[in-house]
Amino acid sequence: MGNKILMKGNEAIALAAIKGGVDAFFGYPITPQNEIPEYLSRYMFEQGKVFLQAESEVAAINMVYGAAASGARVMTSSSSPGIALKQEGISYMAGSELPCVIVSVMRGGPGLGGIQPSQADYNQATRGGGNGDYHVIVFAPESIQETVDVMKEAFDIADYYRNPVMVLVDGLIGQMMEAVDFSKPVPKRFLPPKDWAAGGMASHAGRNTICSLYLDPYELEDHNLKLQKKYLQATANETRFELINMEDPDYVIVAYGTMARICRSAIDILAKKKLKVGIIRPISLWPFPKAPLKNISRNCKGILVCEMSLGQMIDDVRIANEGALPIAFFGRTGGVVPEPEEVADAILDFDKRRVE
Amino acid sequence: MPKGKLTFEYEKCKGCQLCVVFCPVKILYADKSFMNDAGYNLIRLTDEAKCIGCGTCALMCPDSVITVEVSK
Amino acid sequence: MMEVKYRKSKGLTDKPLSYCPGCTHGIIHKLVAESLEELGVLDTTVGIASVGCSVFAYEFFNCDMIQCPHGRAAAVGTGIKRTHPDDIVFTYQGDGDLASIGIAETIHAANRGENITIIFVNNAIYGMTGGQMAPTSLIGQKTTTSPLGRDQHLHGSPIKISEMFATIDSVAYLERVAVYNPRQVRNAKNAIKKAFTYQKEKRGFTMIEILSTCPVNWGKTPQDALKWVEEDMTKVFPLGIFKDAGVPIHE
Repeated sequence: MGNKILMKGNEAIALAAIKGGVDAFFGYPITPQNEIPEYLSRYMFEQGKVFLQAESEVAAINMVYGAAASGARVMTSSSSPGIALKQEGISYMAGSELPCVIVSVMRGGPGLGGIQPSQADYNQATRGGGNGDYHVIVFAPESIQETVDVMKEAFDIADYYRNPVMVLVDGLIGQMMEAVDFSKPVPKRFLPPKDWAAGGMASHAGRNTICSLYLDPYELEDHNLKLQKKYLQATANETRFELINMEDPDYVIVAYGTMARICRSAIDILAKKKLKVGIIRPISLWPFPKAPLKNISRNCKGILVCEMSLGQMIDDVRIANEGALPIAFFGRTGGVVPEPEEVADAILDFDKRRVE
Repeated sequence: MPKGKLTFEYEKCKGCQLCVVFCPVKILYADKSFMNDAGYNLIRLTDEAKCIGCGTCALMCPDSVITVEVSK
Repeated sequence: MMEVKYRKSKGLTDKPLSYCPGCTHGIIHKLVAESLEELGVLDTTVGIASVGCSVFAYEFFNCDMIQCPHGRAAAVGTGIKRTHPDDIVFTYQGDGDLASIGIAETIHAANRGENITIIFVNNAIYGMTGGQMAPTSLIGQKTTTSPLGRDQHLHGSPIKISEMFATIDSVAYLERVAVYNPRQVRNAKNAIKKAFTYQKEKRGFTMIEILSTCPVNWGKTPQDALKWVEEDMTKVFPLGIFKDAGVPIHE
């Protein structure tokens, strides 16, 4: 009962990583996530763990690569422009089958952009900016509690799949304060020993190499097919979403993270106007929850995709819905956080336009 | 004076001839009629008795082709 | 009674080296392998193969090996050493990898005094990709991207890594060596073994810059290539010890 403490999002992320058994953090300052390295710079030292501020986000992801390759549980954190710098390292980690946790606290873009919250990195997170056929497993929590719970689990998920896992939040979640309970246990998952790790031959049988280079195209194809098997397994087991008010709705909103919370208020406004609106809230962005988008009730008149961007998740919604329903979009970008009334108005507009 | 004995792992030889160049008693040469599967001309001694077992050939060989033994 | 005076090091695997005939990568590999074998640390060593002709080093050294992105080896080494402080960690990098794309990561690893050893193989050219100009290419040197010869006004001068790194406080040992004749090879071996010994003693950051050849892209025979190192490269990159801290700076 009395387990809750009031914490800032970024600090809660940092503490959750410690509770999740992180061995090492490598990162670089960037707004709006600086509290994560700052918190860890003190508390990792206290825990006898590794903290290092790298000279760049590029260096940081490569330190993560080295630590992961030698068997450690390791993470980095950054924000949009810094995550752009890490794409090479992330591709190498996926190709070399290495686990790690990457926290991305999104801000407005493109380029240097702004420092206010945004969701304009959906494509960066789920489509990757790195080269090759790979995926990062991406979770997009909406509250600090949900962020803490997924952070604690993320290291196990990364170890299980031997793949990078991203926890994707925005500057609002990073900077706000909420009551959070750290006592919820992490779901148990069987993790095989890391006998593949290259931490010195004394620590395992034989000689280990970590590599993503396969010059023979048939070998590289086989390797990619092996990665795809993992991604199919992740799709089957790690897809997460929440359904809010989805029993026979007039309209459905699809939104994640901070935008989903705004939409929760919007559907209350619409209920007062006698419009029943449900929300499909993806919690995993990759794998994207396709099933709920295929199974919307026949009486639904349309889907409104709401994002703090100019429309990136909307493509996945269109793919999943397979043209069954009309789809409209509401978005604000540049770091602007919309009011619930704007979302409600967007539904009302959609409703009006449909009739015309 | 120790007498040296050389053993060559010929499949790994690339015929670069650094051993030939640096042998202090100049008893190594590349035999144009003696090749491995990769097509490199392999190394022979002109006079095995003259090998002084200094190990310079093996020291300079980039491919660790040569093992040098010396008599005690 | 015959006794073995020189044999292939146990620090090398059985895999035939993929380098060109007469390329001094092979000699340098031997010196690293022998040093690790003689110090008895092969079982606790993690080596990092960078990107260049030596990308396949992960197949040649008989220890755990990690292949990493171009230029990032010093950061990757930092990640390994910070989480595995009792392992011996080395990177094996060419001049394109270390002095061009990797210069920031290398400087900062040195500046932090990371207790790792960097084997820096400098042959003044990008070998693997076919002979392009490198930061260490000599003035006047013709390469595929400086076909009229390196021009100081267009391309700057060859970058002197050992000289630059000697100014960094946390560097424990820094020597530039060459392998153009047996005496230089023996000296290079001593330098490399000393660097690994300093790492074992936790003295801080060590780097050995080894002037190396690229017979194919320089358009020379292996022997003439060694001569070019001896006569031309050493004028721009003088051999010697640039830093020897001598005293332990890490506990």
